[in-house]
Amino acid sequence: MNWLRHFFRTPEAVAGALILALLAAMALAAPLLFPGDPQAIAGPALLPPFQDWSLPLGTDRLGRDVLAELFHGARTSLAVGLAAAAAALLIGAVVGTLAGFAGGLIDEALMRITDAFQTVPSFLLALAFVSIVGPSLGVVVAAITLGAWTGPARVARAEVLSIRERDYVAGARVIGMHPLEIAFREVLPNALPPVLALSSVIVAAAILTEAALSFLGLGDPNRVTWGGMISEGRTVLRTAPFLSIVPGVALVLTVLGVYLAGEGVVESTAVRRSLS
Amino acid sequence: MSVLTVSSLAKRYRRGGKPFAAVDDVSFEINPAETLAVAGPSGSGKSTIAKLVLRLIEPDAGRIDFEGQDLLALSGATLRAKRAKVQMVFQDPLAAFNPRATVARVLDDPLRTHNIASRADRPRRIAALLERVGLDAGLAARAIHEISGGQRQRVAIARAIATRPSLIVLDEAVSALDVSVRGQILELLLDLQRQERIAYLFISHDLGVIRAVAHRVVILDAGRIAESGDARDVIAKPQSAIGKALVAATPRLIRNRP
Repeated sequence: MNWLRHFFRTPEAVAGALILALLAAMALAAPLLFPGDPQAIAGPALLPPFQDWSLPLGTDRLGRDVLAELFHGARTSLAVGLAAAAAALLIGAVVGTLAGFAGGLIDEALMRITDAFQTVPSFLLALAFVSIVGPSLGVVVAAITLGAWTGPARVARAEVLSIRERDYVAGARVIGMHPLEIAFREVLPNALPPVLALSSVIVAAAILTEAALSFLGLGDPNRVTWGGMISEGRTVLRTAPFLSIVPGVALVLTVLGVYLAGEGVVESTAVRRSLS
Repeated sequence: MSVLTVSSLAKRYRRGGKPFAAVDDVSFEINPAETLAVAGPSGSGKSTIAKLVLRLIEPDAGRIDFEGQDLLALSGATLRAKRAKVQMVFQDPLAAFNPRATVARVLDDPLRTHNIASRADRPRRIAALLERVGLDAGLAARAIHEISGGQRQRVAIARAIATRPSLIVLDEAVSALDVSVRGQILELLLDLQRQERIAYLFISHDLGVIRAVAHRVVILDAGRIAESGDARDVIAKPQSAIGKALVAATPRLIRNRP
């Protein structure tokens, strides 16, 4: 694994990977370290951090354990971020491949739809979707995907336009392969690297969008989210700023970690590509 | 009956807004087990003819009959089924394969697409194909980019013969190979032609190679046929200006051959 060595050569990538690993560990350990409902009352309300070591980060307005909420919130953020990014990349890659490979009317139609989605700000789109369908984890993921698939679609199309002129695509046609098989088996896998390079940006944006939706009260009410925690803390911002600061810092670190690790992967694969 | 009959084929492109004829009123035919070479300088329309015959691009005018059937009338699934009979070997064997493919997958594609062998039977067929082109059957598991250029071109030939075609278009198929490998590949092609009675449309700019393998030759100039005839005769006594220029451009190869 040569690219792993390249990956760990840059300090930014290492920092990003560490943050992500910590986050993943938090998400995985949450039900073990904090079994039971994180939204249940655990102690006196508005306990400041570092006062009571059974509640290290204190409690919120309703007396819920902030640390437990933080850990469970990591689950939501990661789940939503990864699911939305995966869905956006999948839809984008398929739409872009079809448009680029088919050309003509299909290309025009698909790209005009892409344009239409791109002209509406993605956050407004998500907001409208969640307020119509109702807040639940799946709907939030779908809402974020709705605004995020256009980027991958454009990148995939551009890449497919160059790949479809290659000899091996002509070779597949000469063999008599079905056009759909050529598109998805021969062309799409080779068009993926630049599309996947977008994934860090999309995951980061998805986590932020989810937090923003939760902040506006449009997150899944049955789950702890960092956005919801910030929103809760906002009402007591002057007396208990830590309630907003703690999840806020977690959010910033997560987005930073995703972004740095993503950049590291892109850099190291770029090195690998130029070497081969 | 001829394998391939091409009549009055024409293809125009636009270059800088002006229409320009890549192929203009080209007619020829190829008989079973015959090699017809298409020669000409760069841009004379050689590769365009290859793409037209393979239906990779559509002609503006003319007719292509393959084994007595109008090839241009076919489309969709019937065309894809017919493709088994007209195969191609590309110039650059690295560009001609999916960069992620293994040798086995490259040879599996035609067998699977045309239902030539059952899934269980295919590994055996792949091994047989590799041996037919003089490669070790153990090569099947290797990635395409791991094997040498000569081996890769042999795999390309194995892929082309997998569907038992009656015509193979060889578009500069030996031009990218070094001289020692080139001779072996040409030997393999001649051997296959003798045994399987495959016709070749041999596209090349190298008159030395054409003289060695082709029965007849067509010399193109700016999309039109400048002259055609028996390969040795044409190369020995070219009549057209472009034919003379091509022969003059490869003096050493001609002189070395008795």
